[in-house]
Amino acid sequence: MHYLPYGVAAWIFCVGIYGAIVSRNLIHLAMCLAVTQSSTYILLLTIGYRKHGTAPVFKGFENRTRGVDPVVQALTLTDIVVSVTVIALILALALDAHRAAGTVDPDELVGLHG
Amino acid sequence: MSRRTLRGLLALPALGVLGAILAWGASGLAPFGHFHGFYGQLLNAIALPQRHTTNTVTAIVFDYRGLDTMGEELILFAAVVGVVLLLREAGHPTQQDIARDRVHSEALRYFGVAGAALVVLVGVWLVAFGLVTPGGGFQGGVTIASGVVVLFLTAGYRSWRRLASEHALDPLEATGAAAYITLGLATLIAGAPFLHNFLGPGKTGTLFSGGSMSLLNWAVALEVAAANLVLYTEFLQQYVVSLVPDTGEE
Repeated sequence: MHYLPYGVAAWIFCVGIYGAIVSRNLIHLAMCLAVTQSSTYILLLTIGYRKHGTAPVFKGFENRTRGVDPVVQALTLTDIVVSVTVIALILALALDAHRAAGTVDPDELVGLHG
Repeated sequence: MSRRTLRGLLALPALGVLGAILAWGASGLAPFGHFHGFYGQLLNAIALPQRHTTNTVTAIVFDYRGLDTMGEELILFAAVVGVVLLLREAGHPTQQDIARDRVHSEALRYFGVAGAALVVLVGVWLVAFGLVTPGGGFQGGVTIASGVVVLFLTAGYRSWRRLASEHALDPLEATGAAAYITLGLATLIAGAPFLHNFLGPGKTGTLFSGGSMSLLNWAVALEVAAANLVLYTEFLQQYVVSLVPDTGEE
């Protein structure tokens, strides 16, 4: 059980990467990247966990020594923001590609049109 | 050789290198639950007495690592500018792309408006008590924007589009981003360190705990809520044509 959460993160990462490799659709590709990135949330939160720890929010708690690591939680917040921005940009580019070439299949987006 | 095989062959070396790096990184990880990060434990211990904030994560975001949060906010800002540049230039969709978004059910409309108000209220609460209980500017800002999306989905984008007008949202988003930097620069000009907590720690467990952190908190909430709404409306406008005739370029 000691390494199970790391295994979950690795599994989600692999699923996302596999999806990105076999993807035939730019919107599907964006979702695969979102899945891949969500593995990093699990990895970060897993790293910061301490046995029998409490959330690093101490409203109503006297004992602050059992809090889990708050730094990785703040990092996860940054991670989510980055994920949102990347997805938004990819989807906008996919829309643009669809408008220009009429397809969102990366295999058919091979030609350059000046 | 088929495309599929070629794709697999191209991916293999990259995946091998990535896998090796990940395995090397994972080999140094502490077993689950046995992490002893000194910095995190230190912040858990000192954030409450130093800054009078019971939410250590928000104290890190807006005080101890406030400079990083400014970068994070600007990443979001830059991405929204990019999306707007890509989509707003493209103009309105043609007639056959128009999605139907008329809502015929009165019940859905009424419950939708009530539900949206509730979501926005939760968002404001998450921001306001971000330094006390779980929440903060980023989480609350996203929730507020989601409330408006609930409204669009249940009551129709057409009827409520003025609520997310780009003429209102663009300045709001810029204000949120600029307020954060201005607060930092103002402390610098006053002779204190960048983003110095100039309002003092305040009273623990109240809306006024954390001092000037709550100003930064609200600035980020404004920026995130406006940025998300700009993103949503830019995508919505691609599919839902406006009732107002196109009066030329933006």
